[in-house]
Amino acid sequence: MTGTAFANAGILIDLSLLTMLVLVAFVMVRSRHLFAIVMMSGIYSLLSAAFFVSLDAVDVAFTEAAVGAGVSTVLMLGAMLLTVRREKPVRTGRTPIAILVVTLVGSALIYATLDMPAYGDGASPANSYMGEVYVDRTAKEIAVPNIVTAVLASYRGFDTLGETMVIFTAGLGVILLLGAGSARGGRAVRDVPDKDANS
Amino acid sequence: MSIEHLILRVVIKIMFAPILLFALYVQFHGDYGPGGGFQAGVIFAVAFILHALIMGLDETKRVLPVGALKVLMVAGVLFYAGTGVATMLLGGNLLGYDAIDPASTHHAGQHYGILLVEFGVGMAVSSTMMMIFYHFAGREAEIRDEDW
Repeated sequence: MTGTAFANAGILIDLSLLTMLVLVAFVMVRSRHLFAIVMMSGIYSLLSAAFFVSLDAVDVAFTEAAVGAGVSTVLMLGAMLLTVRREKPVRTGRTPIAILVVTLVGSALIYATLDMPAYGDGASPANSYMGEVYVDRTAKEIAVPNIVTAVLASYRGFDTLGETMVIFTAGLGVILLLGAGSARGGRAVRDVPDKDANS
Repeated sequence: MSIEHLILRVVIKIMFAPILLFALYVQFHGDYGPGGGFQAGVIFAVAFILHALIMGLDETKRVLPVGALKVLMVAGVLFYAGTGVATMLLGGNLLGYDAIDPASTHHAGQHYGILLVEFGVGMAVSSTMMMIFYHFAGREAEIRDEDW
């Protein structure tokens, strides 16, 4: 009896989280105020993190909360400072083709979900084959309690080396694009329009 | 020194050390609970980013200069790759951590190896995040409150 009560509470929490995600997404689409949109994207990340926790994916939730809600919100704020505070109003004509495409793609996606395995299904592709192998072998071969870490750092250590290099390369790209002068002294750089180009 | 945003300044002074401590916990506890180098690196960077948001970028750069970040970025990646090379030199495969402690009956080498590469990941991620923030934030002069 208590089991079903807990399951019902879980479904209610999931439903309210998903509803809030959709609402926040709508607010983000409708709003023209960039600061509000950046804050909403942070809230969106935080809500998805909560949803991942309810799916028992705590490692993913942790990353989403730290990267999505934390750092990327700050980086978006930093990028926002370099531009105007408000999005230019776009004239939205009601185009029937757009509505048709959106409806078709949406119904195709909903149709595709009918084929997906039920939530928590032990026989689903994600839970069988390699997933099962990792769960079986981690205790014997790695002896680390957190299987996610064992897969990330040991079984797929080479992948993670690649990911670290991706992050390093991203930082390098930002330095090369925005870093004129700031790598040496850290002085603020302003974009002065080229005089020759104007004349 | 101005006393603008006094409450925020006090709060960040109280929060700064616990955030760093939490980052270290996430870093070195990754093989027992959720977390690891990526998350810890981001949390570590967030402490400094908060500091920069409230105290100003120049104050933060006095604590953590750009030159140090450049070194840390490269060192993190090299630390990870170096662990892989070290396991090869010890006679194992690239990133085959069992070579670190082959005599162990409970795969102690795996623990050491995971800790080492996660440390490299954490170093690279935190310094890269701070570097990206420095470069975005360093382009615009301090904004006034009424600009929002």
